[in-house]
Formats: sequence, C-alpha cells, structure tokens
Amino acid sequence: MLDFVQQTISGVAVGCVYGLIALGFVLIYKATEVVNFAQGELMMLGAFLSYTFIATLGLNYWLGFLACLVCMALLGMLMERLVVRPILGYPQFSIVMATIGLGMVLRSLAGMFWGTDDLRIETPFSKAVYHLGPLVIAADDLSIIVATALLCVILYAFFRFTRMGVAMQAVSQNMLAAYYMGIPVKRMFASIWAISAMVATAAGILLAPITFIHSNLGFLGLKAFPAAVLGGFTSIPGALVGGVIIGVVETLSGFYLPEGFKDIAAYVVLLAVLLVRPQGLLGGAMLKKV
Amino acid sequence: MSFRIRTGYEDDLRLFKTRESAIAYGLLLAVLLAAPFLIGSYFLSQIVFVLIYTIVGVGLVLLSGYAGQTSIGHAAFLAIGAYTAANAAKYGVPIYVYLPAAALLTGVVGWLVGLPALRLHGIYLAIATFAFALIVEEILARWERVTNGNEGMMIKPATLVGKPLGESGLYYLCVFCTVVVVLLAVNVIRSPTGRAFVALRDSETAARSMGVDAARYKTFAFALSAGMTGLAGVLYAHKLSFISPEMFTLSLSIEFVMIIIIGGVASIRGAALGAIFMIMVDPLLVLLKDGLPGLIGRISGSPLLQDKASVLLSAPGVKSLIFGLIIIFFIIHEPMGLDGRWIKLKTWLTQFPFYRPATFRRQKMYLKSERGR
Repeated sequence: MLDFVQQTISGVAVGCVYGLIALGFVLIYKATEVVNFAQGELMMLGAFLSYTFIATLGLNYWLGFLACLVCMALLGMLMERLVVRPILGYPQFSIVMATIGLGMVLRSLAGMFWGTDDLRIETPFSKAVYHLGPLVIAADDLSIIVATALLCVILYAFFRFTRMGVAMQAVSQNMLAAYYMGIPVKRMFASIWAISAMVATAAGILLAPITFIHSNLGFLGLKAFPAAVLGGFTSIPGALVGGVIIGVVETLSGFYLPEGFKDIAAYVVLLAVLLVRPQGLLGGAMLKKV
Repeated sequence: MSFRIRTGYEDDLRLFKTRESAIAYGLLLAVLLAAPFLIGSYFLSQIVFVLIYTIVGVGLVLLSGYAGQTSIGHAAFLAIGAYTAANAAKYGVPIYVYLPAAALLTGVVGWLVGLPALRLHGIYLAIATFAFALIVEEILARWERVTNGNEGMMIKPATLVGKPLGESGLYYLCVFCTVVVVLLAVNVIRSPTGRAFVALRDSETAARSMGVDAARYKTFAFALSAGMTGLAGVLYAHKLSFISPEMFTLSLSIEFVMIIIIGGVASIRGAALGAIFMIMVDPLLVLLKDGLPGLIGRISGSPLLQDKASVLLSAPGVKSLIFGLIIIFFIIHEPMGLDGRWIKLKTWLTQFPFYRPATFRRQKMYLKSERGR
C-alpha cells in the first residue's frame, strides 16, 4: 500500500508535466484549431534556455526562469507569424505536418547549439526531501505539483477576469464574430502562441531537475497527446486531469507490470479512450456541419 | 489553351488518356526493364529503394490524398510486412506465397486500425495512428520469440523455384510490384470506390447523405493503403536482408508522409517524384558536406569559415533540420508538391507564349472549423 501511494505521488508529479504540455496543445487548439506537434520541442527549448541562463550565465534561478519565459514567448510569437499564420485554413493534415517539421527544426537546432550531452541545472529545491509519516516526497516533485496548481489558478484568473483573456475566449469560440466585435484576432493568435510557449517553458524548467536536459526531451511531448485527448482536447482542466491520469497510469504500470508496458501504457489508454469515448472525459459531444 | 475533347464514354474510361502518355509510360517501363544492363549496382539499389518508397507513397496517396484520412504510423505497416516476410522465409515458405500473404495480413491489420477511424477525424486520427505505430514498435522489441527483439533478424535471400533471386531478380520483382500497385491505385481512383473516397474527403456528411457507406470505404481505404505498405515491407526486408525494431520508428513514418507532401498529396505521379526526392536527399547531403565547405572557403578566402561550415554540416542533426525545413517550405509555398511543378511546366510548354502564372493562383482559404458551433 505504501509503495502504491509513493508511486502515485511521483506519477502525479510526472503527470503534471504532461498536463502542462497538454495545456499548451489545448490553448492553441481552442483558439486556432491548430494542433502544435512542436509543443514538446518548445518545452525542450525552454529547459535548454534555462541551462544557458542559470548554469552558464549564472543568473539567479527565479531571474533565469523569468528570462526564459520572456524569450520563449517571443519565440512562440515568431513561430506563429512565420509558419502557422500562412497556413491557417489549410487542411488539418498539412498543418500537423508543418508543426512536425517545425519540431524537427527546433530539435536539430538545439542539438547543434547545446550539443548532445546530458545537461543539468541546480534548483533551490534540489535534493531536499520531505517526510510525511512513512512517505518520502522529493522537493522537486512537490515543486512541480505546486507550480502546476499555481499556474492553473493564474491561467484561470487570466481567462476569467482580464480583458485579454476574455477576448481570447471569444476568438476561440467564433473567430469571425470576434473580429466583427473589434477584437484584433491576429494579435490574439500571437498571444495565444506566446502563452502556450510560456506554459511549455515552465514545464521544461520544472522537469529539468528530474530528468536530464537533452535534445530528445521533446519526445516527452508525444506523451502529452494522450493527456490532451483524454481531457477532450478543448478543455483546460481536462488537459490537466488527463495529464495526471496518464502520469499515474504510466508510473504504476512501470512498477507493477512487466518491463515494456511503461512506455506504451499511455498509448494503450489513449486508444481505449478514442474507441470508447472519442470526445474525451471532459469534452462535449461534437457535431459537424457540412 | 489545349482542350481534350471527349466524344464517347470510352474516351473517359481509357487507362491512358492520350496516345502520348501511353508512349511515355511505355518508354519509362522499357527503361526500367533495361536498367540492370545499363547501370551499376549502386544506382540499381537506389532505384530499388525508390520503387519501394513509391509503393508506400502510392498507398499514402490513396489514403491521405484521396480518402482524406491521416496516418502518421505507416512505418508500423511496413514493419508488419517485413517481419512477416522474415518469419515466412525462416520456415522455407516460397516468396510467391508470402509476398501476397504479407500484403493481405497487413491489409487486415490496416482494416482493424481503420475501425477507430470511423469515429475519429483529422487530428484525432493522426494521434491514433501514431499511438498504434508506437505500440507496434514496442511489440517488435518485446515479442522476442517471433521478432528476435532488439537484436534484429537476418532474412534468408529470396529464392524462386530453388534458384536464388539475386540482385537483378529482386529489382525485377520490385518493378513488377510497383507496376501492379500503381495500376491497382489508378483503377481504384477511377472506379466508384475512388469517387466515394473523394466524396468522403470533401465532405463526409454530404457523402453520407448521398448514400456513400462511410464505414465501408474508410476502412477499405485503410486496408488498401496498409496492404500496399505491407507489400513494400516485404521488398524492404529482402533489400536490406536485416531488420530490427529501431528501423521502423516514428521518423520513418514521417519520411513516408514527406514523400506525399513533397510529391503532391493527391497524385500517383507525385508519389513517385516524392520517392525519388527522398532517396536522393542522402547522396545530395553527402555531396553538400564534401563540396560546400570548400566552396565557402574559396569564395570568402578564409579557412576559418571553411572549418566552421564543415563542422556545422557534419553535426548529427543536419538531416533532420533539412527535412524539417523542406516540409515547412513545401507546405507553405507549394502545396501541390513536385507534381504541381510538373503540371505547371507542362502547361507552360503547351501554351508557350500565353502562359500566365495566375492560372494556378491558389484560392484564398479560410479557416473552416471542425468543431460544432
């Protein structure tokens, strides 16, 4: 039983990272109906930037975090402007492939720039361990869970109470109507990409102390797809719940099932969900017009 | 303008629309048949790879270009074909039995994968196929009794009536398979099935209200495409004579999709052009690595810049960087792919002084929502 709880906690921590990446998918998909297959690469780039800022340039952790967020927000906007905006309205297939291409470019550029060695950053919470009765909780895991919860509250408040957040919701509900109401749709798209890149960056920096920073870190983004689909792809809380479920399932199947199941558990869950409930756990039913 | 005037139904039903195209394809076939006597074994094996990629490309064109279903997991079908061949060859089954059998088996698997496609569209389908491919990849590594795990498998050379097939024999087998697959694809496209595919692609709701059985045609498209890929898998296994799970990864699936993006999504000819392009990338890259740094050094006159360039070009990520840029470039600037270029060139030649680029100007596209409103 203790093992179970212990594994569940570390699963929740990993799941929060999946959830944060999935959140990036969902934000972009809700607003622009583009599925960004390069989301994992954005996370990787965020982690690498944090290495440059914190380990190489010797900035304070929090300052480095902030600098990464700013840089990645700019990069997100740039990606939107250069690659995604010209192909809005193309068949979904083309857009998916374009973002896959974008991911390949980012991955190989990161490999060229930062090399292929495993990198690490020091965080204020490294190596600290909390004891909760018989349970042992690593501070890194705890930091991920707390930061994810915090980020959720911030995003919720942003979309609920700020002018810009409400405008973004309007754009994602009906682009044309939003445009008629005087909302600058193009600028909203750019901001959505910036926010999504920042969320990915946060995930990357939080994950950096747990796993090494490597140019293949972006493949973790592929694990976030099951999370997003599980949550319904258009629901922000759904993405997080989906992420946590995937993380827990993965960790537990790694612990209890034979070797090999850990890597595919997420995808088995994904296929099962798609077969039984394609709209996801929290998504609404979809109807398609001609 | 050049018009093709049709005076009877036969004009529209013929396989070759004009006599010129019949002659052109006949010549192409003649050249392909004569190739082993004309060129060395390096180029012959490159052509074999082009033919294998063409078969996969044709399968994807049918699925993505005509039936409008996305798949980024075709490497899994290739793997199923390849491993079927390897196991059948191990037990001494003759190639003329397991070649169609592997295609059939892969087709059945494709049909099974197509089942969720009935409820999914667009992005969900892409994710489902890609999850399927990852699961297959894991099974290949773990099911050691059949696949020999990560150590990989050697494939016995193919024999035909006791005699080894040899290099040129394999080449002719590839040519034969490609011709069969292309003819099959062309015939499917111009039959009611192909028209049903196109109708489903353009609007599923409209097609269904016109009486197209969406479930049947979608799963059939998947089965057909997977079967073709499985056939290619058998040839691929024999060409390489060694297969292991890490050859059938996500990046191979993406290479397959690149074939049709570069070639042109809804064109059989495009699949061949895309396959040629994809196979040529590697030799071209080698040329670039050898030639470009020297050229830069000579132009700029600084050996430092030359060293920098050669280090940059031999970095491990260069190929994937170039692939990524190619994908983005083609999607933004030439959605019709190389086939579109071909058509434009042909139009330019036939209408020589009167060609206007505006003929092919794309319609402005607006975001069409996939969500219900």
